[in-house]
Amino acid sequence: MIGLQGVWRTYPMGEGVVHALRDVSLSIAAGEYVALIGPSGSGKSTLLHILGCLDRPTQGRYSFEGREVGSLPDGERSLLRRNRIGFVFQFFHLLPRLTAQGNVELPMLFGGIARDERRERATRALASVGLLPRAGHRPDQLSGGERQRAAIARAVVMNPAVLLADEPTGNLDRASAQEVMGVLEAMNRQGLTLVVVTHDPVLAGHAQRVVHLTDGALSGPPEVLTSTVEA
Amino acid sequence: MALLDLLGFAIGALRGHRLRTALSVAGVAIGIASVLTLTALGEGARRYIVDEFAALGSNLIIVLPGKVETTGGVPFGGVTHDLTLEDHGALARLDRLRRTAPIVVATETLRFQGLGRAVPVLGTTAEYLEIRRLKLASGSFLPPGDSDRAGTEIVLGTRAAQELFRGENPLGQMVRVGPARFHVVGVLAPRGPSVLGFDLDEAAFVPVKTAMRLFNRTSLFRIVAEVRIFADMDQAKAEALALLKERHRAEDVTVYTQDAMVSSFSAILGALTLTLAGIASVSLVVAGVGIMNVMLVSVTERRAEIGLLKALGAAEPQILLAFLAEATILAALGGLLGLAVGAFGVRLLGLIYPDFPAAIPPWAVAASLSLSFLVGVGFGVWPARRATRLDPVAALARR
Ligand SMILES: Nc1ncnc2c1ncn2[C@@H]1O[C@H](COP(=O)(O)OP(=O)(O)O)[C@@H](O)[C@H]1O
Ligand SMILES: [Mg+2]
Repeated sequence: MIGLQGVWRTYPMGEGVVHALRDVSLSIAAGEYVALIGPSGSGKSTLLHILGCLDRPTQGRYSFEGREVGSLPDGERSLLRRNRIGFVFQFFHLLPRLTAQGNVELPMLFGGIARDERRERATRALASVGLLPRAGHRPDQLSGGERQRAAIARAVVMNPAVLLADEPTGNLDRASAQEVMGVLEAMNRQGLTLVVVTHDPVLAGHAQRVVHLTDGALSGPPEVLTSTVEA
Repeated sequence: MALLDLLGFAIGALRGHRLRTALSVAGVAIGIASVLTLTALGEGARRYIVDEFAALGSNLIIVLPGKVETTGGVPFGGVTHDLTLEDHGALARLDRLRRTAPIVVATETLRFQGLGRAVPVLGTTAEYLEIRRLKLASGSFLPPGDSDRAGTEIVLGTRAAQELFRGENPLGQMVRVGPARFHVVGVLAPRGPSVLGFDLDEAAFVPVKTAMRLFNRTSLFRIVAEVRIFADMDQAKAEALALLKERHRAEDVTVYTQDAMVSSFSAILGALTLTLAGIASVSLVVAGVGIMNVMLVSVTERRAEIGLLKALGAAEPQILLAFLAEATILAALGGLLGLAVGAFGVRLLGLIYPDFPAAIPPWAVAASLSLSFLVGVGFGVWPARRATRLDPVAALARR
């Protein structure tokens, strides 16, 4: 479903360049659960942003659901983000002026979905992360774990093909982290492709496959770099 | 994305920053209110003057000796033939004219006992009273009859009477004008300052024939005539002109209507009103820059939000519209508030100066509301474009 071939991402830096990603080739099958681990600054977020069509490879090819998307125009890439890709961030990024319900409705608002359907789908998404009782609360009235679960509900409410999570538990205590990972893994078990960036080897251990990044390049045994359940 | 959803989102964002929203709304409101108030003042001045003229009778035509080449203005020009009492008599026989009055005028000193006072003295006939819609305080006006009749009656304007007689009853008293003696037959009711060249309250009125002899004039200053039917103004004017052209064997008089004078004054004052509105519009530009500033701060402060919207799949045109909608709502709210404040201010002005017909003209309401809308869109575009151009990765990063 996802295929990267010889992807580089470089940033100009003074005279020279910084290589955030070096020659990354990776494929992920539909329904897979992949953990991305590596030291800070190794390029994990950069890789996730490229997978999420928020950033473009400087060089190399990116195919998503059989289509080359690295070079698509902005408008089509925003449609992909809206309909096929869900994002979860370390810092939740909930809008403080909206309730949990309002935040979950946000992608549907820009997706042009009618009000009644927005209500109903947001309610279902909140129920699926166990947050229905908190639907009317604003982010500052929610705990960290609850905020992240609201963010997950928002990420899946458009029924994406893949959920990309960048250190989703990085700001949570252990109990909340387990709760959040439980929710993510449950969604994966229902068929959602899941890519999680994490620091925590224990959490990474839950994944079907662990991909190591060092200094922008993939490392580790080559057999883990390509999926065995290629779709 | 539905328009209502877009507006809902924009309003939500504005409510999230109440103080900032209130301040920029106030900026636009002040701009709009000042445009409206100044326009109302200008419009009031215009209406005041137009009403003044209308009070003099808008169905008047005025004949002056001398030909004026330009049209529409107040005429000045060289005299070729005299405008005589015979001309007046001929005009008086025209069917379309209900009343006519010849006028000569000179400033003369009125004397009563030891007191003397220089006033404009008008030589005219009885019909002048009706034509100029004058009212008597006491006595009667000049006696009716032929303009050729000389007489010694004099009618005093209210202030001329006060200053000359100091509380004494002027009726029946003798007044001297130069070597001639007149007896006072009437005093006019106060009329207030007028837009005419002189103040009728200060004037005195004597029979025209007597005045011409006294002032040593062979030509009338002008003839005023009241047209029977307002719709006939143009024909009446043409007939009067044709008649005098025939009598003088040359086109050497000018006939103009009170209307022409009113409309040229009205045009001048209309331009003044526009100028005032233009000056006030500068404050709207200032308000627009205020909105732009608020929106720029908002875009900078809400980088993470914009990045998030992009990550959630909001298209760039949608983000542009959302921010434009915010700016437009700010401006529209300011416009409405300004309208309310302006209307209140003008109403207050009306209470303080009940005689001054200050009123907000409908075009100013429409213009200021669309102006505030334009200010919102115009000054909102640049910040909104900055919002759409934000790189989502950089915007989402916590730096
Ligand atoms: N906008 C940028 N400009 C310059 N260098 C960047 C930028 N974004 C990321 N980098 C660099 O790319 C590398 C990878 O960053 P990142 O993907 O955020 O690492 P990680 O998420 O693994 O901590 C780092 O060295 C970082 O400094
Ligand atoms: Mg990172």
